[in-house]
Amino acid sequence: MSIFGLFRKNKSAPMARERLQVLLAHERASAGSDLVSILREEILAVIAKHVELDADRVHVKMDRDENMSILEIDVEIPLKAALQAA
Amino acid sequence: MGKVIVVTSGKGGVGKTTSTAALGAALAQNGERVVVVDFDVGLRNLDLVMGAERRVVYDLVNVIQGEAKLTQALIRDKRLENLFLLPASQTRDKDNLTTEGVDRVITELKRVFDWVICDSPAGIERGATLAMRHADMAVVVTNPEVSSVRDSDRIIGLLDSKTLKAERGERMEKHLMLTRYDSVRAERGDMLKVDDVLEILSIPLVGIIPESSDVLRASNMGAPVTLADARCAPAMAYFEAARRLRGEQLPITIPGDKRGIFGKIFGRKAA
Repeated sequence: MSIFGLFRKNKSAPMARERLQVLLAHERASAGSDLVSILREEILAVIAKHVELDADRVHVKMDRDENMSILEIDVEIPLKAALQAA
Repeated sequence: MGKVIVVTSGKGGVGKTTSTAALGAALAQNGERVVVVDFDVGLRNLDLVMGAERRVVYDLVNVIQGEAKLTQALIRDKRLENLFLLPASQTRDKDNLTTEGVDRVITELKRVFDWVICDSPAGIERGATLAMRHADMAVVVTNPEVSSVRDSDRIIGLLDSKTLKAERGERMEKHLMLTRYDSVRAERGDMLKVDDVLEILSIPLVGIIPESSDVLRASNMGAPVTLADARCAPAMAYFEAARRLRGEQLPITIPGDKRGIFGKIFGRKAA
């Protein structure tokens, strides 16, 4: 530690804030609540009835802010299946 | 019909029980009929903080299992005649709480009291989800510290999914209660600031309780801090929070800004 380090420690609160923002963005998006996984399963089942798709290419995400939650559903449909459906 | 509040946090030791006692007493000091309910079965402490530990005869589990009537289990506060405590059981465990039993007790309490304040156990298990189940609004107690903020975020998720309100598709009213706040350390950059926590959790603020020896002194004496010393900084913060819960719009003050009357007259510090 340099001699200045004795007098001026780095501020730790901004680190706490940044680490939390990164971590919580991840936690809210992934495991998060049971609701997201239930929705994912059911949405997947509905779409799979009509188009062939890869279960790993379905992303369901819930974002939250003060007034509302946003449910984001991202389904990638393979080109072959898309042509059949058209 | 009374309103049901759950005081919750996920993390232990952040001030749920202290806040339950202080908010309950503050509301009762304003003339409301209040009952505080301890949901921490097996590790009850609300009785101790309220100074009623030697008066517990029956508890929540006795009522749920039909071994006692609600009126037998309720303990009237010695200082405030409109403040009551429903203690938790110390000897049994939380599996004795049934959903139907809790439904019945809360419904009965709502008929008699203006406010039913449920002190949640720490964690996200059954005890915590039962405590939040009937809530009309939630007070999320958080310390300006990473693990507490993370756990609060998790609890907010549960409040939006595991409560009766959420199941009915209604919006749960959530309020952030920031406790053990030290404005000097926050200003120095060694503690998360109010705005940091608000931005991360994005729920409205109901109060900021300063870190203070008055809180410990009150619990040593077995009195809610608003009763032990109504003029101390944490008590004033709890009184204001109680008024906000009743729907009043009050500007939030950050306690510990020790500018006296001169500071107020001459405005904020220069720079």
